[in-house]
Formats: sequence, structure tokens, C-alpha cells
Amino acid sequence: MTAARPRIAVVTYPGSNDDRDAAWALGALGAEPIPVWHAEPELPAVEAAVLPGGFSYGDYLRCGAIARFAPATAAVVEFAAAGGLVLGICNGFQILCEAGLLPGVLRPNESLAFVCRDVPLTVERADTAFTSRCAAGQTLIIPVKHGEGLWYADDELYAEVEARDQIVLRYGEPCNGSVGDVAGVVNEHGNVMGLMPHPEHAIDPLLGSADGALLLASLVDAARDREPVLAS
Amino acid sequence: MRATVVVRPKQGILDPQGQAVASSLRALGFPVDEARVGRVVDLEVDADDAVAARAQLERMCEQLLANPLIETFEIAVPQP
Repeated sequence: MTAARPRIAVVTYPGSNDDRDAAWALGALGAEPIPVWHAEPELPAVEAAVLPGGFSYGDYLRCGAIARFAPATAAVVEFAAAGGLVLGICNGFQILCEAGLLPGVLRPNESLAFVCRDVPLTVERADTAFTSRCAAGQTLIIPVKHGEGLWYADDELYAEVEARDQIVLRYGEPCNGSVGDVAGVVNEHGNVMGLMPHPEHAIDPLLGSADGALLLASLVDAARDREPVLAS
Repeated sequence: MRATVVVRPKQGILDPQGQAVASSLRALGFPVDEARVGRVVDLEVDADDAVAARAQLERMCEQLLANPLIETFEIAVPQP
């Protein structure tokens, strides 16, 4: 069975602020967004899940460190373990790193300044569920808006991540001091991705760029081909 | 039992916050070469003795208070 309008969960934590934009964008791109409150212990039957941007739990301690313990995050971790597609955007990326689903960690920007602008991104891999509508080497213009987006891995971890081909997006110009200019990574199985830029804010030329739609529509395509995953 | 956990950025890890603090101190005329900014967590833990408390605190640090990729931690509990 393939779902005409795949159901994609969008988790809202206290402090999430891009959940509605993400849901709106997914809806505009042919999915049926399903809002999920952070206190929900399980996900509804969905084909994919998105952790949106924001400042979950005030970003206390470290970004994403507290959200990792939310019941809905546990459900997303189970969903991912069962092969479910999971995309973390900005704070969602930070949460996925803290939860151990993605390698590395997001730290305060090298400049200590909040970065809020359109940035060019280079697509390193177009063979993932999140980039199938892109071409390898393509440049995407997508906005970032974060104070803690410096993706960090030590030399050993970075070498592993590169060797496993887990880097999907890199900044095309210096942005926040990320190691290797990494902007987005996938897990080893390729079903979980995180990125700091906000594709949901770039899905219409009126917004300055529609390049984000390539990423989200790739996810919608991939979700459409999937059976709903029920994490037991 | 009162206990204190100190979390520090790992050696060699860029600490822009520390750099900003160091340059501000230099601007005040202090001869500061380096500053590193970490975090102190004071806790009241329920434990039978300092050894048990320390064991608990280590788990707390590993699971939440510190991220081992970028931070180190030190635990201080009252001497038995």
C-alpha cells in the first residue's frame, strides 16, 4: 500500500516554534502533517516524523538535552529503530544528536552571534530519502537561524562519519564554524537526518527560495513509498 | 547529601564563550591569557554515603549533565 498523502508526525515540544511552519510546508508538499505533543508516549501510525526547530524546554543545560527525555522523543527513537524516517530541523537536529541517533553535537557558533540569513548549501549526497529530488553537487539556498549550530565531532568521529558517507549537506561558505562545514548528516542506516538550515522556510519563491521544498518533497516522496511504521 | 558537579569544555575544544570572557578581562586591563567557561551544578542527593553518592553522580554526568563528546566533569562530594 502506498499512501497518497503520507502521514508525517510533527512533534511539538514546549518551546518549539517552527512546528506549524514545518506542518504547513509538509501539507503544501503533499503530506498530511500529524501534530504530536511532546508528552505523547507513542506516535500515531505515520510514515515519517519531523522534529522541528525552536528552543525545546528553553534549551536548558544544552540544546536538545532535556527534550531527549520527552516521551515523544522516546517514541521517535523507537520509530527510528524500526526503520522509520525521521528528519530533525535545527533544534530537532540538536535533539537527535543528544539522543544519540545522529553523530556529533551542536555547539555555540564560533562567532557567538546568532546567525540568521540565507546560506548556500552543497548537496553531498542525493541518494538519501531526504535529498532524492536534488543532484549531488547542487547548491541550495536555504535560511539558517541559530545561535548553536556549530556541528562538532572530534577528529576520530569526523573521519568515521566521512568514511561512512554520512555527510549530506555542507555550507558553501563559512556559517558557524562547523567542523568540515557540515550542515546536515544522516545516520548509518540512512533513515534519520538532521540539518541546521530550515527547509520549511524556503518552499516558495515568495520566501526568497524554494530550495527547501526539494528536501521536504524528497521526504514526502520517501514517506509515500513506505508502510506506516508502528513502533511497538 | 550536598554534592557539586563541575562540567568543563574538553581540552582543545574551541570555547568561544571563554574567548569572549578573556578578551573582556583583557579590555579591563587584566593580564589574562586564557579563560574557559564551564558549568557548576550543586545538587542535594539522597545517598547512604559518599561512595554511593559519587556512583550516582557519575551516572548523572554520563547520562545528562555532561556531553562526553565535548565536556569533562568533576564530582565533589563531602569526604567520608
